[in-house]
Amino acid sequence: MSRTYVTIDGTEAAAHVAFRTSEVIAIYPITPSTAMGELSDAWAAAGKKNIFGSVPIVQEMQSEGGAAGACHGALQAGALTTSFTASQGLLLMIPNMYKIAGELTSTVFHITARALATHALSIFGDHSDVMAVRQCGWGMLFGNNVQEVMDMALIATASTLESRVPFLNIMDGFRTSHEVLKVEMLSDDDIRSMIDMERVGDHRKRALSPDHPVIRGTAQNPDVFFQAREAASPYYAATPGIVQTAMDRFAALTGRSYHLFDYVGAPDAERVIICMGSAATTTEETVHYLIESGEKVGLLKVRLFRPLDIHALVSALPATVKTIAVLDRTKEPGSGGEPLYQDVVTAVAETLSAGTAPFKTFPKIIGGRYGLSSKEYTPAMVKGLVDEMAKPEPKNHFTLGINDDVSHSSLDYDPSFSTEPDDVVRAVFWGLGSDGTVGANKNSVKIIGEETTNAAQGYFVYDSKKSGSITTSHLRFGPRPIHSSYLITSANFIGIHQFGFLERYPVLETAAPGAVVLLNSHFNKDEVWDHLPKSFQQTVQARNLKLYVIDAYDVAKATGMGVRINTIMQTAFFAISGVLPRDEAIAQIKYAIKKTYGKRGDAVVQKNNAAVDTALAHLHEATVPGRSGEIQLAAAVPDNAPEFVKKVTAEIIANRGNELPVSAMPVDGTFPTATTQWEKRNIALEAPVWDPNTCIQCGKCIMVCPHACIRSKVYDGALLESAPGAFKSTTAKWREFADKKFTIQVSTEDCTGCTLCVETCPAKNKSAVGLKAINMAPQRPLREQERTNWEFFLGIPDLPRDTEAVRFNSVKNVQLLRPLFEFSGACAGCGETPYVKLLSQLYGDRALIGNATGCSSIYGGNLPTTPWAVDAQGRGPAWANSLFEDNAEFGLGFRLTLDSHNNYAKVVLGQLAAQIGDGLVDAIMTADQSTEAGICAQRARVADLKATLAGIDDPRARDLIVVADTLVKKSVWMLGGDGWAYDIGYGGLDHVLSTGHDVNILVLDTEVYSNTGGQASKSTAMGAVAKFAAGGKPSNKKDLGRMAMAYGTAYVAQVSLGASDAQTIKAFTEAESYPGPSIIIAYSHCIAHGIDMAKGLQQQKAAVDSGAFLTYRYDPRLVPQGKNPLQLDCKGPIIPLQDFIYNENRFRMLQASNPAAAAELLDQAQKGVKAHWKLYQQMAAAEVGV
Amino acid sequence: MDLRTNYLGLDLAHPIMPSASPLSKGLDRIKRLEDAGAPAITVYSLFEEQIDQESHQLDHFLEFGTDSFAEALSYFPDLGSYNVGPDEYLNLIRDAKKNTSIPIIGSLNGVSDGGWTRYAKLIQDAGADALELNVYYIPTDPKLTSADVESLYIDVVKAVRAEVSIPLAVKLGPYFSSPANVLNRIVEAGADGIVLFNRFYQPDFDLEALEVVPRVVLSTSDDLRLPLRWTAILSGRIQADIALTSGVHCHEDVIKALMAGASVVQVAAELMHNGPSRIKELLAALTAWLEEREYTSVKQMIGSMSQKSVREPAAFERANYMKALASWSDDPTGKLI
Repeated sequence: MSRTYVTIDGTEAAAHVAFRTSEVIAIYPITPSTAMGELSDAWAAAGKKNIFGSVPIVQEMQSEGGAAGACHGALQAGALTTSFTASQGLLLMIPNMYKIAGELTSTVFHITARALATHALSIFGDHSDVMAVRQCGWGMLFGNNVQEVMDMALIATASTLESRVPFLNIMDGFRTSHEVLKVEMLSDDDIRSMIDMERVGDHRKRALSPDHPVIRGTAQNPDVFFQAREAASPYYAATPGIVQTAMDRFAALTGRSYHLFDYVGAPDAERVIICMGSAATTTEETVHYLIESGEKVGLLKVRLFRPLDIHALVSALPATVKTIAVLDRTKEPGSGGEPLYQDVVTAVAETLSAGTAPFKTFPKIIGGRYGLSSKEYTPAMVKGLVDEMAKPEPKNHFTLGINDDVSHSSLDYDPSFSTEPDDVVRAVFWGLGSDGTVGANKNSVKIIGEETTNAAQGYFVYDSKKSGSITTSHLRFGPRPIHSSYLITSANFIGIHQFGFLERYPVLETAAPGAVVLLNSHFNKDEVWDHLPKSFQQTVQARNLKLYVIDAYDVAKATGMGVRINTIMQTAFFAISGVLPRDEAIAQIKYAIKKTYGKRGDAVVQKNNAAVDTALAHLHEATVPGRSGEIQLAAAVPDNAPEFVKKVTAEIIANRGNELPVSAMPVDGTFPTATTQWEKRNIALEAPVWDPNTCIQCGKCIMVCPHACIRSKVYDGALLESAPGAFKSTTAKWREFADKKFTIQVSTEDCTGCTLCVETCPAKNKSAVGLKAINMAPQRPLREQERTNWEFFLGIPDLPRDTEAVRFNSVKNVQLLRPLFEFSGACAGCGETPYVKLLSQLYGDRALIGNATGCSSIYGGNLPTTPWAVDAQGRGPAWANSLFEDNAEFGLGFRLTLDSHNNYAKVVLGQLAAQIGDGLVDAIMTADQSTEAGICAQRARVADLKATLAGIDDPRARDLIVVADTLVKKSVWMLGGDGWAYDIGYGGLDHVLSTGHDVNILVLDTEVYSNTGGQASKSTAMGAVAKFAAGGKPSNKKDLGRMAMAYGTAYVAQVSLGASDAQTIKAFTEAESYPGPSIIIAYSHCIAHGIDMAKGLQQQKAAVDSGAFLTYRYDPRLVPQGKNPLQLDCKGPIIPLQDFIYNENRFRMLQASNPAAAAELLDQAQKGVKAHWKLYQQMAAAEVGV
Repeated sequence: MDLRTNYLGLDLAHPIMPSASPLSKGLDRIKRLEDAGAPAITVYSLFEEQIDQESHQLDHFLEFGTDSFAEALSYFPDLGSYNVGPDEYLNLIRDAKKNTSIPIIGSLNGVSDGGWTRYAKLIQDAGADALELNVYYIPTDPKLTSADVESLYIDVVKAVRAEVSIPLAVKLGPYFSSPANVLNRIVEAGADGIVLFNRFYQPDFDLEALEVVPRVVLSTSDDLRLPLRWTAILSGRIQADIALTSGVHCHEDVIKALMAGASVVQVAAELMHNGPSRIKELLAALTAWLEEREYTSVKQMIGSMSQKSVREPAAFERANYMKALASWSDDPTGKLI
């Protein structure tokens, strides 16, 4: 049977089988599993069929809980059904998983195993999630690399149909799910051969049908529940045998042989490691290496973890084994050991006592943890472990891969130990996300994997920042299949695609002696040496590296590639790495270009081809003289940073986080805020420069800056005496501050260069209208000067919040409030962060913020540095992320506690009134905190109170000190995106709105799941193309605001900064002042809209002008005054809908791919917009009964 | 009355045809024009920039932000195909040919001699009966000489001529030092017809926003006289058909154009204002005028008032200008009479 070789990742490998063997697929996005749903949706949209000849129905749900429910129902109705998930998503499926297993239902869910959120969220891989469902009664099969993932998907599917036990097909998140590897594709005939159609028929016959009705899901009593639960036991007992039979049939079909437990290594091994997942491949590689040098070591790969066949496990071990080390990729705090360890101990004990074990004495069994959150697991660690096993008293309950200097659990190892074979090309590339490095490398892997007989592997490491993000690519090419599931530790090729990385990152750390280094440099081959950091030069000399340079940006500019240097660097790589003959390589690159870009049009293919043709003429080997210079690596943070930032944060920034010991970490996930200010990323090529003479001091640039890099202050002119020479200042244009000075200062080093400020600036230079009051200029020459100016600016006092001269209710005045959310990792030009920053300006000094998982929790809370900041008094937002689905409930909890503590404080105040003083107590109890001045006055009173309490020797006084701050008004906010508010968290959000408690909900509405890469939510507009809605979303955007209004007791507003910044501020202030639940739905442009982000505000305005997004405020306080609570702040549709939507790729894509559908949906959407507006007009005009 | 004419070797039922404009965007509109009596249709222009820009734009937004952040390696689904480039246009030509029985003339608007000229061949392959090449170029570089600009035009025409065998018309603007010479060279380069003239839409200033804004001002009958003069001058002097466009609004305009030497007139603004049915009205008025004056055919009058045919050829030259000035100075209101 002929099969094709392809280079794909683990998600595609699993989805390939899942799609072909399913009739119903219920999906929900969660990293790193999302791609499986995306592929299924795209295949279904393209009419691809399963092996039964029908197109599977792919249904996006509102949560993983919903997906599991839909699967359960589909299964009950007899469909072959699947889903894909990971991490918390899998946890949300648990209730249904029990049901599905309890009803002996055949299904396979495909899992990209990922860490569970505990002290912190992590998107990366380990087995915490799958270990948390091991008790549900599902079979659990582990595929250790991309090929095995595909194979196990089919084996699991065949087994579940035969055994009736549902299965999880598990791969390691990222390491396997996102590794691109050359694999042999299973054909439809292979799949058909493995699927027993009689069993498929049995599954369908068990379906609920009114034609032969049965009842399931009964309630049972103590008399029979237990027996009924045991009735399924024979099915579990039979399952391992069924799986082995399926594996044997599979081996006969494909030649790839698997067993429940596969032993590899010395037949007389004394030390055996037991593990599962991608670690098994790395261990296997190392075991083979060690056997070569005479070590008696072995590995037992666990494939079927549940149902656990202890006899098969133990009998797979060599009789000679003396020490067993069991590796678990999870942590179960407080347990007697992690799950696999406990199972192995049990298996050995049971079989030994039964006399069925191959050995007669109890071997030493140690267990340990490794690889949490994709922590590297390398041959060096395996070597460290087998060395430890050789000790008379090896450490048990160890950790591997970290330095645990607290509990001293970690094993030592020599990181320089390497098993990398010499005949494998090992290439590491450092690039920016925006330069296309990863895409080109994926292409290179495909070229080698699919067009040559060589094996190929690619793995890619990404940044947690969404702007200026750095990527590293690890590519291996070799004559044998590659099973090295770890990052390259010794590279014979290093590509450095950004010259700026040289000063910041250890780019040559992995360079092997004699390695080839390719550097994108604007200095030519003779000049470049003297511009390299000293440590770089010394490494080149010491390791005898060959250095090549190419000015890729110059080539890109000349060939119309802009900043995408991918094709150019790829061409240079092939030219000097020797992976393929040069001419063949170029032909293959061009073929790949045609395949990748062909359908985007000839012009795109032509420009890429031109880049290939031009690249080689600009590639030169650099002169490497004997001398070295004095350029030092830049410090990660400045000297005046706080101690924690210098000791911990700086190490993470400098890519040395892996070396931090356990003792450096907070024990409970608590971190200091205000740390982004220490990480000067300097990612903008151009930054804004203020022109005081043109400026009208309106504050719009400050309002819109997504990264809070533009600030203004009004201050006393006397302060300018110590100002740096280049510091700009002008007379303040406020009646109230006529005698003051005014400055707009840019934090040039934190700017991302998005240009939203310039776009929004309304002031034009009278002599040259192309210039505004703020204009972009090259960043590099500004850097030093503006750093000094910024430091001076920060020293100018902020306007006190209780300033009586102005009220902070207009754009002009709000600009003077210090943002307490700054320099986040959000995309350049982000549409969400201006709202978040506004919240921080208005209420940050007294805000508790609960943040739903999503973009805002990542740019708001992903290490190394976090943007929530503090004011001069040390106050600032206190922020926490619970989960994706529970954020409204989480935030409500804040309010309940604040109210409870406030009540308690008042009770104790009353009890201690005599000692404290009636006057102060009375003033605190009756304080009016409806204004900033009132709040500041209360703060002063509470400070007095604390001072007084300190002198009172009474336990109640000591207790009151702790809760006294709750006597000052606090502002509770729940933040999140539309994925949270419209979909997964809607139930909770709806409930919170109904409670009447004083909380504020800010929905950052991008109309799509932005953080996971653009899947449709219920907020997605009709006709927009999104993932899971590849054919254009057929239904209207859900009207969340109207649903919230239905209570009549919640404040509801829709705002769009680009349409009206004044209305936005008004809504925020009204929401905060409303003494009940408030919800603000804030239209946020997004990278997932496919727009020029600099035009984001224009699109926000167009959204409102077209009527696609209405701005309004609904204030229940107006009802008692006899007024209609709904105030429309927009004019309804004043431009055609198409004038808004066809500026955005998400809509244009449909126009390009399916013009007829686009026209139909546009027509429907346009009618819908008009009808929606009419409805709102009627609602706003209705008479209100008091 | 024999209203027939011949343009680019195509036999047309009469000389009033719609010019390249949004009037032909979509098969429905094309069919409506045919139903209204259009003898042939020049389909709206496929722009060189548009072809490339759509591709680059799609590529940009599909790539933008990808492979940067572990949770969002892309932002859009990979769709099976995109109608980028000329596909939509070519499909329209194909559909128009299939669904109408009148000649369909493709229109290509470009200026460089880059690879886009191959789209001319694609338009031919899609079934167009002829091709109108629209060259629209604003030479803003002070170092660029008029000779450079003229060569650019000639080169483009040659490049397109090399691609197609169907009749080729060239539409261009009037701003040349020696229009007659340039147009003659264009004919020598391979044009079978010339279309006089392209309307150069001039930008405007928005004084509120302090921005330069595009502003489309549709032609009026006053705009007729520039192409009228040059049609008259060139008629019989160049070996190519002439189509007159710009300023044709009433039957008198049609008559003047034909008399000057145009084989056809191309109408846009008038049809956009009053709908395609205006063709029949113009035709009826033209017929009545001809009958009243006992003409027997349109062909009879084509070129009857060209410079070569009139008694005072100087009327099209400097003397006419002097006369105009003199007439103005005679009028105290300042109105040109």
